[in-house]
Amino acid sequence: MIERTIFREEHELFRQTVRRFVEREIVPFHAKWEEDGIVPRELWLKAGAAGLLCCTVPEEYGGMGLDYLFDVVVFEELWRSGASGPGFLIHTDLVATYILSFGTEAQKRKWLPRMVSGEAIGSLGMTEPHAGSDLKAIRTRAMRDGDEFVINGQKVFISNGQLCDFVVLATKTDSQAGAKGVTLFIVESDRDGFKRGRNLEKLGMKAQDTSELFFDNVRIPAGNLLGKEGKGFAQMMTKLSQERLAQAIRSATVTETVIDWTLQYTSERSAFGQKLADFQNTQFKLAELRTKAAVARVFTDKCIALFMEGKLDPVDAAMAKMFTSELHCETVDECLQLFGGWGYMWEYPIARAYADARIVKIAGGSIEIMKTIIARQMYSQRGFDIQKNGSAG
Amino acid sequence: MLANRPVYDEEHALLRDSVRRFAAANIAPRFQEWEKAGIIDRALWPAAGAAGLLCPQVPEASGGIGGDFRHNAVVIEELAYSGFAGPATDFSVHSDVCCGYLLRYGTEEQKRTWLPRMVAGEAVCAIAMTEPGTGSDLQGIRTRAVREGDEYVISGQKTFISNGQMCDLVIAVVRTNPDGGSRGMSLILVETDHPGFRHGRNLDKLGHLSSDTSELFFDQVRVPVGNLLGCEGGAMAALMSELPQERLTIALHSIASAQKAFDITKAYVLERKAFGQAIGTFQNTRFKLADLKSDLQVGWAYVDQCLAQHIRGELTTYAASTAKLWTTEMHGRLVDQCLQFFGGYGFMREYEICRLFADARVLRIYGGTSEIMRELISRSL
Repeated sequence: MIERTIFREEHELFRQTVRRFVEREIVPFHAKWEEDGIVPRELWLKAGAAGLLCCTVPEEYGGMGLDYLFDVVVFEELWRSGASGPGFLIHTDLVATYILSFGTEAQKRKWLPRMVSGEAIGSLGMTEPHAGSDLKAIRTRAMRDGDEFVINGQKVFISNGQLCDFVVLATKTDSQAGAKGVTLFIVESDRDGFKRGRNLEKLGMKAQDTSELFFDNVRIPAGNLLGKEGKGFAQMMTKLSQERLAQAIRSATVTETVIDWTLQYTSERSAFGQKLADFQNTQFKLAELRTKAAVARVFTDKCIALFMEGKLDPVDAAMAKMFTSELHCETVDECLQLFGGWGYMWEYPIARAYADARIVKIAGGSIEIMKTIIARQMYSQRGFDIQKNGSAG
Repeated sequence: MLANRPVYDEEHALLRDSVRRFAAANIAPRFQEWEKAGIIDRALWPAAGAAGLLCPQVPEASGGIGGDFRHNAVVIEELAYSGFAGPATDFSVHSDVCCGYLLRYGTEEQKRTWLPRMVAGEAVCAIAMTEPGTGSDLQGIRTRAVREGDEYVISGQKTFISNGQMCDLVIAVVRTNPDGGSRGMSLILVETDHPGFRHGRNLDKLGHLSSDTSELFFDQVRVPVGNLLGCEGGAMAALMSELPQERLTIALHSIASAQKAFDITKAYVLERKAFGQAIGTFQNTRFKLADLKSDLQVGWAYVDQCLAQHIRGELTTYAASTAKLWTTEMHGRLVDQCLQFFGGYGFMREYEICRLFADARVLRIYGGTSEIMRELISRSL
């Protein structure tokens, strides 16, 4: 096993804290939250008090000003526990990052301290019913009206959609300008005309409140504009590597965890007079997966290190996301099989992990988008620009 | 693809139409409700019986329509293609598996008692093999039946039993001789109104949500020796003779479900746009779907060949295992790829592809896992 070298002692100490928090405050209640389709708000406050939210936010905005690895520790420990309900990742890794990177001083002061404490829950409104991977095709409009913008439209598959106190919302301020017409806003959920739609029933991630959001003449002050008008798409592009890296961290971690569960189960379960672990098929399947998991981990850790130096290439992030999410799905499928009938029973964590996993090849950039990004760069390095049509994007 | 295959005759086409109408009229309107409840409505059983969907292979003398196994196959295919995996499996276990054992091994009296009621859907039948500690390895079962005078006294526990909440009759695989190895196992009919029998939890599953897959408990359940199905110690031989049919039914279910997933995906990719074009026009989409269509065509040909062999009484364990292994593995790959084309919607329960994906996963496990199929096939080498 190649030892992980990115963490220091302080991260490992923090990991113990996070693990205790997860074991005490999350794991015992997660099945109930799955039935509810949502986690309680109090969990967010407890997580905030324990220092699990937005670890990198500077002290001047109420945070701890820690390095990115502290956030990584939180994500890893959550995924390791199988608790897919708490939407901390979106809140910390995406929403807080957007506000830190693009927010005005006033926006940072207003939102970040409350995001760190868990009092304000953030969500990110990008996907629409007719625009998933093709983000510039969004139709939600924001029209200027004096000192205000008036927003109309609809979003879907929004994580933290029921709980959120505000949305970082992708809109079109110029419907003719394509990607250059995209603008981000901070929209508070108590604005008139903001409506939460259904909390969607999903294959997995059942404790996470993934929802539709509706905007019907929602008026917000121009001061809620996040970043620059017409620059929303460009702003989002600068954060995609980080988002994809977080997905890779998830997949690398779940892959290792599920292999561990399966090693445990196959060491204990007997069939035909021997342990499942004694069958060559079991050994070989797990040997293959463990090897790929090790490769995934080393690549992901390298991407984390590069990211912290500000050097993570979007293509490398895409490769990490694609490779680990494919492996993640392969692993839960192969491992579920080794659990036999129990693997299909919801009470077994492997069944949940299987159901949770299927979104990773889709969300945060589908594997087809990753392939397009990788292919385009390979060709452009050789001076050949691939046509837009004929590939996904 | 389902209709107009040479393996079927005119009468099968008529049944196909009526199964399709039955599913649309009797299952579709209430299906979501049953998925939530984790069980279908009891009234669906007599309705299915009245429509001729249950145990169609039962001879007229025993109250059936005297069909051949292709009638069973039509029911499986159509219910699976309709996307109602729960009822499809419930009925298949009753009609194809349980009824198969009764027809082949039942005494005249057992047949007279049960078959007409099973055909009518008045009695629901389950078969109980798996136990918490033993699945694929049937010889590891511990449920005991001890003979006391004219009775057997049964004690033990079963799990993952389809129709487990609804069943009136259980064909229990039990150990009648603790030292007898595979020859110490017997099949015994257990009426579920006997004292000591208890329906356990209706298990929460990844898919097949409307199927009442349950635990069953036997606590000193007394049944008359006349409830022995076949001969004492004959369970393993009986299972070996009937399992090829069960595997063929799973292969049929699997490929029909896969066909459904393919058909709805084909429609979706032509409709859904991204980057200014229908996603079905991307080369990746076309190539992936071309592969899947090829898989389906080849799969149907093999499954039909097995079905024809089975009608002639020539279906081997090897061929049935191959059919189950290949179709269920193909089915797994296919639903994964099809779901991918639906993007985020594929993860949403309200989209049928999501349900088809979740439902598919168990077909590589129940009725003999893929690993068991490979074992069986390897023995023919």
